[in-house]
Amino acid sequence: MSEAILKIRNLTVDFPGLGETVHAVRDCSFSVRKGEILGLVGESGSGKSVTAMACLGLVPPPGEMRGSVEIAGRQVVGRTHGELMDLRGGTAAMIFQNPGSALSPFFTVGRQIVDVIVSHQDFARRSARDLAIETLRLVHLPDPELAVDKYPHQLSGGQRQRAMIAMAMACEPDLLIADEPTTALDVTIQAQIIVLLRELAQETGLSILFITHDLGVVASLCDRVAVMYAGTIVETGPLPELFDAPAHPYTERLMHTVPRLGSGKTELAYIKGQVPNMAHLPVGCAFHARYAHASEVCRQRSPAARPLGGARIVACHHTLGAPHLREVAARGAG
Amino acid sequence: MSALLSVRKLSKSYGSRWGLVRAVDRVSFDIATGETLALVGESGCGKSTVALSLLRLIEPDDGQVIFDGADFGAIGATRRQRLRRNMSIVFQNPYSSLNPRMRVRDIVGEPLFTAYGLRGRELRARVEGHLRDVGLGPEHMARYPHEFSGGQRQRIALARALALEPRLLILDEPTAALDVSVQAQVLNLLRGLQDRLGLSYMFISHNLATVEYMADRVMVMYLGRIVESGPVEQVFANPAHPYTQGLIDSIPSTNPRLRNRLKPLGGEVPSPLNAPPGCPFAPRCARVMDACLAAIPPFESIDDTRSVACLYPMEQEADS
Repeated sequence: MSEAILKIRNLTVDFPGLGETVHAVRDCSFSVRKGEILGLVGESGSGKSVTAMACLGLVPPPGEMRGSVEIAGRQVVGRTHGELMDLRGGTAAMIFQNPGSALSPFFTVGRQIVDVIVSHQDFARRSARDLAIETLRLVHLPDPELAVDKYPHQLSGGQRQRAMIAMAMACEPDLLIADEPTTALDVTIQAQIIVLLRELAQETGLSILFITHDLGVVASLCDRVAVMYAGTIVETGPLPELFDAPAHPYTERLMHTVPRLGSGKTELAYIKGQVPNMAHLPVGCAFHARYAHASEVCRQRSPAARPLGGARIVACHHTLGAPHLREVAARGAG
Repeated sequence: MSALLSVRKLSKSYGSRWGLVRAVDRVSFDIATGETLALVGESGCGKSTVALSLLRLIEPDDGQVIFDGADFGAIGATRRQRLRRNMSIVFQNPYSSLNPRMRVRDIVGEPLFTAYGLRGRELRARVEGHLRDVGLGPEHMARYPHEFSGGQRQRIALARALALEPRLLILDEPTAALDVSVQAQVLNLLRGLQDRLGLSYMFISHNLATVEYMADRVMVMYLGRIVESGPVEQVFANPAHPYTQGLIDSIPSTNPRLRNRLKPLGGEVPSPLNAPPGCPFAPRCARVMDACLAAIPPFESIDDTRSVACLYPMEQEADS
């Protein structure tokens, strides 16, 4: 197994409020290996964005972060602002859902990329500009020599997302954290960005932590997936194995709710109930109220993550109980 | 099936500093009683402008909207207002379409008070009935929107839209703001209500899988024009317009083994300000010919139920 670029161990993020504390991330552990694209999947409010922010020490106050986050061997938790500034945009870069609000409207795209380059590397502004044009070419922005002098509002949504990826790639980071970068885009543009990210990972050996709620995007892009529910990772494993036979009931239900082209008018499945309130989590497994086969142990004890064979990990008391999972266990053992 | 709603050559342009934007250009279609017609296309193609023009929430420049035989443009304000009760709309974002300062009973009751002057016990009973239709109970009536989840809010918006017992409901991306795990609940509810109440739907979406689930017929829009229309199964299984094919090939499959089938369309939607002279899709089309650049292809029928605006439509597989 190759080395881990991002290694998260027992990450916990709490947001203390008036009289109650929101437990946004609860005891999360996972890693992203060199050259790997890991999909972090979950519904709104599951804590995936907070996890992403925590990776770069960007948890907004009054959030409190505990545990360990290592990027390329350097600890993030407990670092000062100055130490983290070196990391952000250098070793690890981030792209966001809405490129329209993540880019500054006051400066040209080129100026914003040059700023990143000169703050991390020993470059004169003039040669940094050439590098900026090269990075724009890398992400296939049309006419990079002209685009470099454009303001974000002069670009389309898809072009802006490419410009933001270029900015993230400017200092050749080891890790790219992508927080729903295609959610605000049309499907045709989303497909272009998926192909671009695949290409970048292949050609530059970049590792990507890709956060999304869209299982289709995960299936099209990622090597491995971590499923998040109510602030914690319920299941991780490689593709396509995990999609073939999900081990956690939540993953299994979630996959059934995705409408697929070609299934016609068959009634759509859904998950009963709602995501629990993160300030008042139920005792036991956070998913038990929405799981039809929940037993006494689900209501009493929170399940620990355990290996399942085949590089898969699941946090569920029932993994081996359901028939479709016995098969997985057998395959994992064999 | 007779048409409940007929739209003929609907057009809407917006003036801007840089010139005229043709948001909707001579769009015509019919919706029959009990039918669901879907409208798909990328952002900015004019889907929402069509929806809002039907309700006269924006005034179209040209064209006719005929509901149940009455031409909206030709009748007086009073009759138009009464006719409007037959059509209603559910918007995309239930976080912004519900007034945060109104209780659920007032949100759903307001149209009943405005249209029929209902109040007191009578109003309460009606509101309760409409909430029951969407799966909410009387205990929800005194609550405010912030006390509900996204899926429940969309149910409230739906109850409000149903309050005047409309015959046609316009659904403008009704599940785009919801998580997948609850999206299905709302779609199933909509299908159930349609069967029970005999409603017609205009379903606007960019998600082809939900369109396939919901709709009988589909229209694909590109830069303000309809480029393809037909029964949903046929159009998706056998698209005639290269743009429809491009949309289908852009959907990421949930099967990781099929990831190489993802074939993005090149380029982006051109600016409507300087649309190319010929086929608006020509700059992105892999099958483009010289004739495509000369003139806009006419929207013509290729069989009894399907039409396409393409000079070289894709081969139709014979029924096997």
